[in-house]
Order: sequence, then C-alpha cells, then structure tokens
Amino acid sequence: MTYEFLVASAIGVLVAGGIFLALRARTFQVVLGLTLLSYAVNLFLFASGRLVLNRPPIWDKAVTEYTDPLPQALVLTAIVITFGMTAFVVILALRSFLESGSDHVDGDTVTGDAQDSLASDDTHGERP
Amino acid sequence: MTLADHLPILPVAIPALAAPFALLVMRRRRALGINISLVSCLAMLASAIALMTQVSDGTILAYELGNWPAPFGIVLVADRLAAMMLVLAATLALIALLHAVVTRADRKGWHFHPLFQFQMMGLNGAFLTGDLFNLFVFFEVLLIASYGLMLHGQGPARLKAGLQYVVVNLVGSSLFLIALGLLYALTGTLNMADMGLRVAALAPEDQGLLRIAALLLVSVFALKAAVAPLHLWLVRTYAVSTPAVAALFAIMTKVGVYSLIRVVPQVFGDGAGAAAWVPAPYLLPAAMVSAGIGFAGVFVARSLSEQAAYLVIGSTGTLLIAVAGWQTATLGAALYYLVHSTIAAAALFLVAAVVARRRGGFADNASPGPDFADRSAVGLMFMLAAIAATGLPPLSGFIGKLMILKSVAALPDWGWAWGVILVTTLFGIIGFARVGSTLFWKRALSGEATAPAATRADLVAPAIALALLAALSAGAGWASAYANAAAAQVLDPALSARAVLGEVAQ
Repeated sequence: MTYEFLVASAIGVLVAGGIFLALRARTFQVVLGLTLLSYAVNLFLFASGRLVLNRPPIWDKAVTEYTDPLPQALVLTAIVITFGMTAFVVILALRSFLESGSDHVDGDTVTGDAQDSLASDDTHGERP
Repeated sequence: MTLADHLPILPVAIPALAAPFALLVMRRRRALGINISLVSCLAMLASAIALMTQVSDGTILAYELGNWPAPFGIVLVADRLAAMMLVLAATLALIALLHAVVTRADRKGWHFHPLFQFQMMGLNGAFLTGDLFNLFVFFEVLLIASYGLMLHGQGPARLKAGLQYVVVNLVGSSLFLIALGLLYALTGTLNMADMGLRVAALAPEDQGLLRIAALLLVSVFALKAAVAPLHLWLVRTYAVSTPAVAALFAIMTKVGVYSLIRVVPQVFGDGAGAAAWVPAPYLLPAAMVSAGIGFAGVFVARSLSEQAAYLVIGSTGTLLIAVAGWQTATLGAALYYLVHSTIAAAALFLVAAVVARRRGGFADNASPGPDFADRSAVGLMFMLAAIAATGLPPLSGFIGKLMILKSVAALPDWGWAWGVILVTTLFGIIGFARVGSTLFWKRALSGEATAPAATRADLVAPAIALALLAALSAGAGWASAYANAAAAQVLDPALSARAVLGEVAQ
C-alpha cells in the first residue's frame, strides 16, 4: 500500500511540476518541465505492469511469480526517445536564443528585461 | 518464404537503408546522394503499388517481424487502407523531392536527403504497423525527421516556429505514452487486433479507466491531425517551412486522421463498453470548427503559403466531418477526399514557392508587385490549385465534396454538416479569388526590379501534382470504389483480427 502510494504521488508531483514549468514563458523552464513530464511518464509506464517486488522478469526454475518484463522494455524505449528529443530541444532552444537574442518561447522580447538586453548584447559581440 | 512474402516490410526497409547511404555519400558526391534518394522514393512507390495490387482483392497481409507469433511479437498489417496511404505518401514524396532537387532547396543544409528518407520511413511504418507501441515509435521517427526538415534552411522565423512545434509534439508524445500505459495495464496487450478483442471482456470497474485511455489516445491523434482546438501549432510551422518540405508535411496531419480511422473501429468499436465510439460526440463539432477556422484563415491570410497552411486545417476539418459518421459510405467519401486534399494542399504549397521565387522581395505576400516571369502560366497553375483546394469542378475536390455531402445526408445532423461545408467552400473561393487577383492581375507602379529570370523547371513538380488531381477526377469511379472497399474493410475489425491472430484465437 505504501509503495503504491509513493509511486502514485511521485508521478502526480512530477506531472504537476512538469505542467507548471512547461507553461512558463522561457525555453529553459519549458525544457525542464518537459523533462519532468517525461520522468513521470516513464514511472507511469513502469507501473503499468503492476508493482511487483523482488520477482524476476524472465523464467526461473525456483519461482512461480514473475514481474511483467514488457513495461521495462517499453520504458527503455521511451527513455531513449525522450532523451534524444530533450537533447534536440535543448540545442534548438540554444540556437533560437543565439539567433533572436531572446529565450522566450514565442520569440518576443519583454521590454525592460535586463536578462534579455544582456543576452542580445552578448550575442552581437560573439557572432562570427 | 519467397521474396514476395516480404513485401510489407519493403516500404519501411527501403528508406531505412537509403538514409544512411545518402548520409555517407552526401559530403563527397552530392549527385550520387540525390540519386539514392530519388531511386529510394521510386522503389517505395513501386513496392507500395505492388502491395496495393496484392491487397486490392480484400486480403489482409499480416507480416510478423522476426517471425514472432502475433499477439506477442510486432506485426505489420497491410490492408486496402494502408496500401492506399503508402501509395499516396510515396507519390507525394516523389513530387516534393523533385521540387527540392530542381529548386536546389536541398542544398541549403547538409542532411536534407537522409532526413527526407527517415521521414518516409516513419510515415510508411505508421501506416503499416498493427501494434500501438510500434505506432508511437514510428510517430517519433517521423517527428524527429520532421523537426530537422522543418528547420532546414534555418533562419530566426523557422527556429522560433520550430521550437513551438517541437514542444507541442513532445507534450503530445507524453500523452500518447500515458494512454498506452493505461491501455497496456488494462488489457495486457499492445497488438491492436488483440486489444480490440480484449476490451470487450473488461470488468465494469475498469470501464472508467478505459474511457480515459481512449479519450487521451484520440486527443493525441487529434493533435497530430490539427483538429480545432489543437490546431494552433500548424499554421506558423507550415507557413515558414521550406516549400518542398511543407508539401510533404501535407500528409503529416493525415497521419493523425489515418490513426484515428485505424484505431477507433479496431479497438474502440461496438464491443468496447464505456469506450465504444468514444470520440463520436466530440469529433463532429470539432471537425466543423476546424473547417470554419481553416477556410476563414484562407479568407484572411496575408500570403500564399499561409493560405495553404490554413487550407490544410480546413480540409482536415471537412474530411473529419465525414469520418465522424463512422459508416461505410461516409468513410469511403472521406478516404477519397483525403487523397485529394493531401495532393491539393501540396500543389498549393508548391505554387506558392513558384510565385515566391519569381517575385524577389515581394515573395508570396498577397500584395501587388511588379511584373514577373511566366505570370500567366503561374497564374493558371494557381487557379487550378485553388479550384482543387476549394472543390470546384472539374478537379477531384468537387467529386470528393459531392461524395461527402451525399453520404452525410443520411446522418441525423446533416443540416449542420451541409451548412458548414458549403459556407466554408464559399469563403475559400472568395479568399483564393482575392489573393489570386492581387497577385496575378494587379501591378504595383513602383517597386524593385523583378527577380532574375528563373528556369521553368520548377513548374514541373506543381504541374505533376495538378495532373494527378485531374487523373484522380478522371478515375473517380475506380478510386471511390477502392475507397469504399477500404472503408468497409476498416469498419469490420473481425477481418483484421482474423488475419493477424489466425483462426485459433477466434
């Protein structure tokens, strides 16, 4: 019971944090939010094979009960895919920041924003 | 097993092999890389047509990957609908690739051809697979390739739109996985045919979860199909993409529609308890709103490529109005219109590119500019593309819309459907007439000199697309018979279950 509660509440907290961050205006926070969301999804997928403790996933003479191996394979696939996607979105966010001098997801620069003006100064200096 | 038995894997295997080869030779021998890409597309088209001839008599080919038996291993399922989508995708790919090569759009970045092939691999795989998790994987393959293609050519506008596109799709993928996890937890299988049989046997206390999973899955497909209110990502993304890429993307929203048509009757059909036909009450209003938004966008758009992007939303809406009936006649009409609207949207993107190439700084904006080369030829092409897009005779859009109108007349809500389709068509006609007359009839007195005379080779790809629409119109009898047969096959999930799982499981 407590184990189920722990996993379920962890998924819930991760999803809540992920959605909150994904709705923010800056790309770094959005990327963090998406990462949290993908962690939650991986945990959820893992739990979809039911939570079984101390059981082998493949055939063993000594035991009669097994844990479901398929969700583990699914989670592995999902982790690989989301890892690649996260790496891609980080590079994309960085390129977008360097090209437009703003890290807002819709590309707008908020006037009077110290960080933005600093950023655009930096990029003008650095651009080859 | 003979080679012919391996036919269903070819549309996935060909681009999967062509992509790395193109990647390897591209740096040193560009011409060879381009040839690999073109030959791969031709081979895909040939294998898709061969597959279509095999399944056109109603057989369903189930191909077990690695020879693992059906509910445990992954199966590819080729039926009439899948073969039709494969032929459509390969045809569209050839047109888009031809345009990219002729206009040298593929030279603006390093990896156009490998990415293009991976995109085709994802598309073909999504059309063929009979396994839900495999569908997710192929979705990701086509998405990550599409991110690269969409950003091809770079520039701040593309980066900005690209970031939003990627973020939206990442959220969509998360929802997809949650729905898959729920469905696996409930049924213990990921094979679509097997899942369709097992949802019928679910306990009453699991019905609520099943309904949630079904609605989540359908929302993900709706996001991919850009159905209102999930359409906001599309216009900016498509309008700023390289035109050849945007032409290929015309089929991307149709992947969402295809998944909807494939999964809902198969898994959430009559026997699914609380999840039976679960999108039915929401799909028709959403489709009507999308049709309205799409053609209103065509009415107000400021440039031709934006207009084409709105057309994609509008035509998907029109298509889904018919799909929402879930009957053989409506679905058959929808499938015919699906083929038509994909090619029509691609043709419009290509015409927009042709116009933009000739107008220099004026691009394809809906504002009068100086005279440009081949004005009348391009104007004629635009008129044909607009006729196809809005559904006027003699091109296939008219037949498609007529079939949709005729088939939905048997439904209880037919008045609304007729009203929306006819009014949106009128809006589309006015929108295209406005932009067309501004671009091709008005002349700005002052303005920059015209763009240097381009070759006429870039007129070939849109001309082929328009010729295909004419052919679709001329061969409408055969095409609509095939579409109706495909619809009947999709709506009878027992057929596919028998082909995939064998007689024993029945």
